[in-house]
Amino acid sequence: MSRFSTTLKFACLAGVLALGACTKKQEAVATTPPPAPPPPVAAAPAPGILPGSAEDFRVNVGDTVHFALDQYNIEAGDQAVLQRQAAWLQKYPAVRITIEGHADERGTREYNLALGARRANAVREALVSQGVSAGRVETVSYGKERPICTDSSESCWSQNRRGVTTITGGANS
Amino acid sequence: MRKFLLLLAALAALAAAPLPASAALQVDVTQGNAQPLPIAIPDFVAGTPNDGQAGANIAGVVRADLERSGLFRPLNPAGFAERITNINTVPNFASWRAITAQGLVTGMVTQQPDGRLRVDFRLWDVTGETQMLGLQYFTQPENWRRVAHMVSDAIYERVTGEKGYFDTRIVFISESGPALKRVKRLAIMDEDGANPIFLTRGDYMVLTPRFNPTAQMIAYMSYIGSKPRVYLFDIETGKQEVLGNFPNMTFSPRFSPDGNKVALSLETNGNSDIYVMDLRTRALQRLTSDPGIDTAPSFSPDGRQIAFESDRGGGQQIYVMNADGSNQRRISFGAGRNGTPVWSPRGDLIAFTKQQGGRFTIGVMRPDGSGERMLSSGQHDEGPTWAPNGRVLMFSRLQGSTSGQIWSIDVTGRNERRVLTPGSASDPAWSPLIQ
Repeated sequence: MSRFSTTLKFACLAGVLALGACTKKQEAVATTPPPAPPPPVAAAPAPGILPGSAEDFRVNVGDTVHFALDQYNIEAGDQAVLQRQAAWLQKYPAVRITIEGHADERGTREYNLALGARRANAVREALVSQGVSAGRVETVSYGKERPICTDSSESCWSQNRRGVTTITGGANS
Repeated sequence: MRKFLLLLAALAALAAAPLPASAALQVDVTQGNAQPLPIAIPDFVAGTPNDGQAGANIAGVVRADLERSGLFRPLNPAGFAERITNINTVPNFASWRAITAQGLVTGMVTQQPDGRLRVDFRLWDVTGETQMLGLQYFTQPENWRRVAHMVSDAIYERVTGEKGYFDTRIVFISESGPALKRVKRLAIMDEDGANPIFLTRGDYMVLTPRFNPTAQMIAYMSYIGSKPRVYLFDIETGKQEVLGNFPNMTFSPRFSPDGNKVALSLETNGNSDIYVMDLRTRALQRLTSDPGIDTAPSFSPDGRQIAFESDRGGGQQIYVMNADGSNQRRISFGAGRNGTPVWSPRGDLIAFTKQQGGRFTIGVMRPDGSGERMLSSGQHDEGPTWAPNGRVLMFSRLQGSTSGQIWSIDVTGRNERRVLTPGSASDPAWSPLIQ
């Protein structure tokens, strides 16, 4: 119960930043999510999520970046996500992460394992260059073995070509 | 697992029935199966009243093996005029010619006082009216399928002049569960899909298994502890061990032809290069060091060269180097992207996966890159593996982007067919002939 109310309080404070106002009735904040702020300004935390938790990272920071076919450079549109990830990781220095690199189905199994490793490493280097200690960051490639979408279409493939920052320890819970 | 290995069959030549030998019966495997050889294989004679089922079972497996090869056409036993009751007398060749048989296999199964099965068989040239082969095996009754495959191999070799491949196994990845949460288990089965056994439970993902030259050891990649590394699995003991102590991913293993080394890729800071580890000394030798992806190493059968794939020139292509890493050179210059080179046990060809126009197909080329021929007909075929005689390939086929299947095809490009697996499957690797 106490955690729940703490969460609501944080949600309300964030609401101040995003909306410039905060209703005194916490329940109203909890049941009426603020409108999505314009990216890449830091998103307002979703209500009911513990700051510093894996869910906080996933929902309020964003855990995924995407890649072009056969590429492993961080795209301009994903720089902001990684900036948020780095800032969040510096705010919660006990958190340890593993970056998963994934490929779409259009590559042989072995090549895609190597490509996933390149992508995971690209995310790792981006975070480290923004101050995240390298010792907190591990990488793993899943190649094309862990798709999140299984249609044979570009919209699906583009979802599968991804780097996902997953929290492996040290987060609030 | 142990009984799976110890079995062997003593083998002896049967005294030939008294006829001159002049082998007219032959099939040229290099020409494919335009005219598969009609062959009659009646159920093997029961040596004792209890042996009838074994005799029928063994003949059934031999018929299925030879049919699957595409080089033989086993005739329907319902049409046989002569009933074989004694394999030591000369058959009535005219009655077999009458049903268009060119070959005839007669056999007998007899349980011995010590419990073993004795299996005798003879291969007859119906046209030439000669015995071409006569052999005898002893084995434990539970190994009847292996003896049947040995009979098939003996017939195949006698008629084609090439070693057979029926007494072999396939290690593969068995896939189950929903597409987004696939469970992948290491599994092994006979070449004809019989006797599937799961070697891992599926609580971690496994990929790319490969046999060593004695078929006793499997190198594969496992995600135990979410750390993808190459492991060795000893089939006899069931023990598995991680190969080496690497801080990063190791993958794409393959044994050297003498079984003493494993070539693999090691990833460092996102870049994958090829290394060779000596299994006796555990010494590691680095073979490639460019910033491209270097993976999928495969030794030539003499162990002197390694084919591999690299995207150092832009797209993924096939390269060959000496086994010490020297003289790295690109060999694939055909259309599209080319990867997963696998050297034929005969040394004459390299099988590979081509990606072009959204399609993945299996092809072969000579080790100098010439003579490229595409073989398979699927939309997403990859990861070829050779039969030990270098005449047949198996590969993975992805159906509808989620369902994995194993298919086989002759190197002639004929006889493409699905291999029976328990559920979805991928990543086949063909064993050598079982010793």
